[in-house]
Amino acid sequence: MGSRRRHRPVRSAVLVALLSAVVPSAGQTQTAAFINARIIPVDGPPIERGTLVVQGGKIVAVGAATATTVPSGATVADLAGHTVMPGLVDTHSHIGAVSGGDSSAPIQPDVRVLDAIDVRASSVSRARAGGITTVNVMPGSGHLLSGQTIYLKLRAGTTIEELGFPLAGGRFLGGLKMANGTNSLRPAAPGPFPGTRAKSAALVREQFVKATEYRDKVRAAAGDAAKLPTRDLGLEAIVEVLEGSRIVHFHTHRHDDILTVLRLAKEFGFTPVLHHVSEGWKVANEIARAGASCSLTVVDSPGGKLEAMDVSLGTAAVLAKANVPVAFNTDDYITDSRLLLRSAALAVRAGLPRDKAIEGVTLAGARMLGLAMRVGSLSVGKDADFVVLSGDPLSVYTRVEQTWVEGRKVFDLANPADHLVAVGGYGATRDEVLHSDDEEDR
Amino acid sequence: MSARFSRVGLVVCLLLLTLVSGSAAAQVAIQADIVHTMNGSSIKDGVVIIGADGHIAKVGPASSTPVPPGYRVIRGAVATPGLVDARTVVGLAGALNQPHDQMQLETSTAMQPELRAVDAYNARDPLVEWLRSHGITTIHTGHGPGALISGQTMIAKTRGDEVDEAVIVPEAMIAATLGEGGLAAQGKSPGTRAKAIALLRAELLKAKDYAAKQAGPADKRPSRDLHLEALARVTNREVPLLVTAHRVPDLLAALRVASEFGIKIVLDGASESYLVLEKIKAANVPVILHPTMARAAEETGNLSMETASVLKKAGIPFAIESGYESYVPKTRVVLWEAALAAARGLTQDQALAAVTIDAARLLGVDKRVGSLEAGKDGDVAIFDGDPFEYTSHVVGVVIDGHIVSETPQ
Repeated sequence: MGSRRRHRPVRSAVLVALLSAVVPSAGQTQTAAFINARIIPVDGPPIERGTLVVQGGKIVAVGAATATTVPSGATVADLAGHTVMPGLVDTHSHIGAVSGGDSSAPIQPDVRVLDAIDVRASSVSRARAGGITTVNVMPGSGHLLSGQTIYLKLRAGTTIEELGFPLAGGRFLGGLKMANGTNSLRPAAPGPFPGTRAKSAALVREQFVKATEYRDKVRAAAGDAAKLPTRDLGLEAIVEVLEGSRIVHFHTHRHDDILTVLRLAKEFGFTPVLHHVSEGWKVANEIARAGASCSLTVVDSPGGKLEAMDVSLGTAAVLAKANVPVAFNTDDYITDSRLLLRSAALAVRAGLPRDKAIEGVTLAGARMLGLAMRVGSLSVGKDADFVVLSGDPLSVYTRVEQTWVEGRKVFDLANPADHLVAVGGYGATRDEVLHSDDEEDR
Repeated sequence: MSARFSRVGLVVCLLLLTLVSGSAAAQVAIQADIVHTMNGSSIKDGVVIIGADGHIAKVGPASSTPVPPGYRVIRGAVATPGLVDARTVVGLAGALNQPHDQMQLETSTAMQPELRAVDAYNARDPLVEWLRSHGITTIHTGHGPGALISGQTMIAKTRGDEVDEAVIVPEAMIAATLGEGGLAAQGKSPGTRAKAIALLRAELLKAKDYAAKQAGPADKRPSRDLHLEALARVTNREVPLLVTAHRVPDLLAALRVASEFGIKIVLDGASESYLVLEKIKAANVPVILHPTMARAAEETGNLSMETASVLKKAGIPFAIESGYESYVPKTRVVLWEAALAAARGLTQDQALAAVTIDAARLLGVDKRVGSLEAGKDGDVAIFDGDPFEYTSHVVGVVIDGHIVSETPQ
């Protein structure tokens, strides 16, 4: 097909360049130090009594209390007895009352979810209450290709533009949502939708071939407007996949459907993030060989549909053992954004090492979104996105007490409005802005 | 890893079914660092001895409770009574979620109290095994929410190949739904909350009249009517009406109807119960509370993870349920729902009670299950740590003295 195989979801160099225009909005200016906490940096061993220093929305120091100087003039928060870890990364969510493709066609790459997200929705506040700071908001799985996803930083903003990762040209960073298996089949209703799995794959191949040819025409035009093909918004998005600047997030459950994804990805030279992968434990080695990573939704019992009958809490453990990168997602509203840490904990119950579980809600997810240079661990230079916990991240008794994004507190359990979001109650799901900094802002 | 690999697969399934079927109750003893009897005390280094009759013979400290020779001993960190799920549709709503295994709701007419749970319970559904392997040994299951009166419920053990081996109370309650969830499809009745109550009141009147005539002279008795016969058991206070309701108007409507007809009711779901505590308490009505992790949307939009603790403080009897989900998870696990309640205001003991003895009392089966004491059924869940911790495992489950699960879950 003329496109090179890429073994990383997104080439870091490409993204660094794309994101270089990013200026944190309403960035924090006051230097702040968080001392005496148990710090889980994720990209290094836990620090029993550590200090985290943030400035300008970035982490400027992190380390043992004995080895980390608190700058003079910094505000100091003593977090003795508390745990600090990176803000959680949710690789698959439907918060913000998001919508995507409209079932008029099975493949709709021109549809952008950024045009259809209400960032004031209570679900967005609930994500902050769960410690989520970065989230991939996606359209649903009822299409082979339901549209362009958007990666959000859950800043205390009221517009999608304030929450997105801006790119050059007024665009925002996001992926492409695809699906196979039963959700995108319509066997009973003749029309543009596929009735079989083979037809599903054929339709996807056809579209990717078109995109390849479109890309070649654009390249051949070499900037000559007269030679450029008529602009096609859908093909443009797929070309970004072919060029490695847009990651495919592929909903897939059954073992054979997973292999179909890997086959298509190999043909067109992209490396997908596989989502759900209920039967991933059956094909862990094949996934590993393809260099794909997996984002798992943890549900409390098997079934719900035929292709999820063999879902297992042990999938994460099997995949991790096969050296497949594993992240956890909420798939909110399938699971609750306030309980993402629980998903990681249940995977530990079924055999996943604890460090892999913590990585699965932070750094592994960041890598799957191509954002590991910005988020996912507590290290100098990264965004000051972190959560303050009352204890062990994997304990049922632990509460998310505070959530910070780029040095600003966006959730505080001690704030009554935030507490309402965290536990529910009268008015908790009214779609309005509820976050910790409201009063400070006004 | 493989020992903990909890695939709901054929192999495990067959193994468990083999264990469940055919085997007589073994003589089993459970020894644990802590035995939560739910009968007033927890015993350090305790022992539960279950005799060949499947009943608990003795519970006490290991030092003074010797295990008789020849008993199979299961060891763990913590032992609790087998857990009781106060309200589920498992066995009627199957794991596949295909039309042929979704038997929890019939919508051809608004009120069908004659539908029996025993005629629809599939003891071999994978979800029954899922619950069993996670320590749930008793379920109150049956017809689901979704119709004004959807049918009957039953109480069963999570063992047995067929319903007859599982059931302990064939007709436990009659399930009703108020609010939007109980309304019929567009253009059909009931289409509003008020109409639903009007229909319900009229039907209860008919049932009362039917019961009175049936009790009268033989020559004046009406023909047998299964529909009214079932409902008459509600008006006769033989079985409670299980009313699924979430919003305040629906909770109050339920109390109003109960008061008018002098019937026993149990409130189910009850998202906004925290707004009408005094009225619920004054009516002496127990609550089967929505799962702690239930989705907050539409009718349940105002639910709170702290309601269990609010009910506890108000002195209202309650239990925690797995409830009903139309998609996933096809069943919740009350162990985990109670766990989160323990992290949102209840004490650990209170949360455990909500899925053991308090649930058993609410369901009227506390003479048999819900606590570990001599004479009760030999139903025990054994854990390798704090039962509520996500990372603990259920390492053994015993029902009526049968070891039904030993694969760590």
